[in-house]
Amino acid sequence: MSVFARLIRSELRLFLREPALVFFTLAFPSVLVVILGSFPAFRERDDGLGGLRVVDLYAAISVVLTLAMLALQVAPMVLAGYRERGVLRRLATTPARPVALLGAQLVMSLLTAVTSIALVLLVARAGFDVPLPRQIPGFVLAVLLTAGAAFAIGLFVAALAPSGKAANTIGTLLFFPSMFFAGLWTPREAFPEVLRRLSDLTPLGAGERAVHEAMTGSWPAWGSVTVLVAYALVFGAAAARLFRWE
Amino acid sequence: MTVIDVHRLRKRYGETTAVADVSLAVEAGEIFGILGPNGAGKTTTVECIAGLRKPDGGRIGVLGREPGDPALRRLVGVQLQESRLPEKMTVREALELFSAFYRDPADWRGLAAELGLTAKLRARFGKLSGGQRQRLSIALALLGNPRVAILDELTTGLDPQARRDTWDLVSAVRDRGVTVVLVTHFMEEAERLCDRVALIDAGCVVAVDTPGGLVSRVAAEQRIRFRPSVPVDERMLTALPAVDAVVRHGPQLEVVGHGDLVQAVAATLAAHDVVALDLRIERVGLDEAFVRLTGRGSREV
Repeated sequence: MSVFARLIRSELRLFLREPALVFFTLAFPSVLVVILGSFPAFRERDDGLGGLRVVDLYAAISVVLTLAMLALQVAPMVLAGYRERGVLRRLATTPARPVALLGAQLVMSLLTAVTSIALVLLVARAGFDVPLPRQIPGFVLAVLLTAGAAFAIGLFVAALAPSGKAANTIGTLLFFPSMFFAGLWTPREAFPEVLRRLSDLTPLGAGERAVHEAMTGSWPAWGSVTVLVAYALVFGAAAARLFRWE
Repeated sequence: MTVIDVHRLRKRYGETTAVADVSLAVEAGEIFGILGPNGAGKTTTVECIAGLRKPDGGRIGVLGREPGDPALRRLVGVQLQESRLPEKMTVREALELFSAFYRDPADWRGLAAELGLTAKLRARFGKLSGGQRQRLSIALALLGNPRVAILDELTTGLDPQARRDTWDLVSAVRDRGVTVVLVTHFMEEAERLCDRVALIDAGCVVAVDTPGGLVSRVAAEQRIRFRPSVPVDERMLTALPAVDAVVRHGPQLEVVGHGDLVQAVAATLAAHDVVALDLRIERVGLDEAFVRLTGRGSREV
């Protein structure tokens, strides 16, 4: 097994030893769909939501929620923690490179995200007849772009935060407004026009829009793709410039 | 053979000069101590040697290469001060993971056994004692079969027994043919363990010598007191070049001298079949030498 594969396995093993993280990232998005789907009113078609049901919307929101938790809360905490503990420095003295550990953490997060998103789609489909994404390549693209933007911001936080705890705090402070714009508390479809336009410019608002579009059968709109790519590039470049290994 | 050659190293952090002027040469197979008070620039010096920091001036050669040369990461094992592992990683997982970094790693089971970690293989890092963490850290530094091991503040925070055990371990590492660079602020550690010591204070090397040599620089004078088993002629002692004076205190003799005084006196007594009873040797320790060479007290001893 290559060094990178071993690092990924090691990251995965450490992640699975954190029951709270495992619950929130792997189970909670699906649980949210189940809870909301249990209300009969949320299974009614609503013309105000474009003929969709609340539970349809929350399948897409839960997909974004998974990425947000992993990218904004887990990854910065783990990576800044590694720097704080001197793990990255220690790796720098071995033939392995610290950047490999960063990469392994991201791959581990993506594997977790894929599993959790698949679970959300299956639970929504099996429990509440939410159709599986009709535009599959478009859905994959939307998820990857949203992940790209969210993880770039997460890495930026990890670059700036002095400790794992600080990174988690900053990540959490970003998580709430970001998920508000993604419609976690009120779906974007119920937003007033101005708020929705504003939301389209936020990373997770644009992400939810792209995921939602792909789930209902169209390719993500250029507007949301552009916003997501811009966040990924700007924050990715800033993180790469500012990231300190010690 | 010179393994590490540091020439006029300089390193600043912003306004603070951490290392002003450090030159030293570490020879193959020795335990080389870098001794000095906290903040003297010891850690910065070894971090530059390990390629973790870029010097602002001076030259460093490690095994004939520049620090930062990727080949050195296989040849130099580093045990960093305050470097921890993820809380929930087990000892065994850490050893296996770090083994995978090297093409031809040491047998981690053997290393774990040698370091007394076998019973702890399944324990998580967060549950290990300070001594066990240090031992694991040493094991990780040795996994790549390095030719040079850099050990920074190895015994800080350990209880006296764990400290002594760690010293035995470092000696064992040297006996495997590894050149050891040991950073410490404990006089006793340097005195017990090191073949040679660089005394660093305020970013400069004050002296490089054997621990005994450092002591004799400041303490030319040594005293030996003993009661000879049979009467001796004082002249057989005063004739020795190392002896400056012999004073009689009743049945006891006091010999004052310098250099290899103890050896010279012991050899002469033995040659005359005299046994030295109640032998007492008074000499300045490294601790005292440190204070006199740096012109101030060491803060930690």
